[in-house]
Amino acid sequence: MKTWLKIVAVALVVYVHIGGLLFDVPRLNILNETIRNLYFHVPMWFGMTGLFSISLYHSIRYLRNPTLESDHKAVAFATTGIVFGLLGIFTGMLWANFAWGTFWTGDPKLNGAAIATLVYLAYFVLRGSVDSQEQRSRLSAVYNIFAYAAMVPLIFIIPRLSSSLHPGSGGNPGFNVYDLDSKMRMVFYPAVIGWFLVGYWISTLRIRILALEEKTAELDYAKHA
Amino acid sequence: MQSTLKHLLLVFLVVISFASQAQQQAEMADTMRSNGKIYVVVGIILIIIAGLFVYLFSLDKKVSRLEKSITEKPRKTK
Repeated sequence: MKTWLKIVAVALVVYVHIGGLLFDVPRLNILNETIRNLYFHVPMWFGMTGLFSISLYHSIRYLRNPTLESDHKAVAFATTGIVFGLLGIFTGMLWANFAWGTFWTGDPKLNGAAIATLVYLAYFVLRGSVDSQEQRSRLSAVYNIFAYAAMVPLIFIIPRLSSSLHPGSGGNPGFNVYDLDSKMRMVFYPAVIGWFLVGYWISTLRIRILALEEKTAELDYAKHA
Repeated sequence: MQSTLKHLLLVFLVVISFASQAQQQAEMADTMRSNGKIYVVVGIILIIIAGLFVYLFSLDKKVSRLEKSITEKPRKTK
């Protein structure tokens, strides 16, 4: 990742935290100032989806051409993605407690997000339970495709087909409900891009560390051989 | 005579009331305290974010240094 892109990521996130807290937002009952959570809670999910998509891409690449590099990339992006997803769940729970009066309801959107998170956690359980590197990489690459194929309908499709409290579900057109003025987009889209870039950056760090571990293992092996 | 005294008293009271009002609305460098002190929250969040990003940059540097040292080592042994 180029240094200028990292600086762009930092600048966007800093801008979002200034603009997201200070700019005018629509005045709505019950939501009140918590409408600003749109700038912080929702980008976590967008970031997670973007990172999982990149992880899926590298898993497919691994199956077409099995290289250790593709495997490292797939697992690194999935790890950062799950961190974003967990942050999305926890921020959503806190918001729900003050908007709906409870941390958790049996809402399709919430349960779908919880199940999707568990599906991805199982990806890491699978990786941890296979010793052979080649088998681990191939099995987890296949599983990653299934996990993605489960995550998209669980979070984005099923809640729209049923009724849900959550905005963007039950036939609600995304966050347009909030978006009475398009001013909020001026903060929301930079937030999505900024946080995604930060996630991408952290993932590249993990990839580099994985490559380093591989190299040190090789050096150790050469020493003992 | 009495009316001038009354006038003086009136002026005195007016001055006092203005003075007390001025004390209540003492204008200070209040940017950091306006809007329910939201700017303080913004400042604190920015400090945390700045700290986290400095940490992330330093981690990045550390990994780069490791990469350098590890790619240099085999050459030395050869």
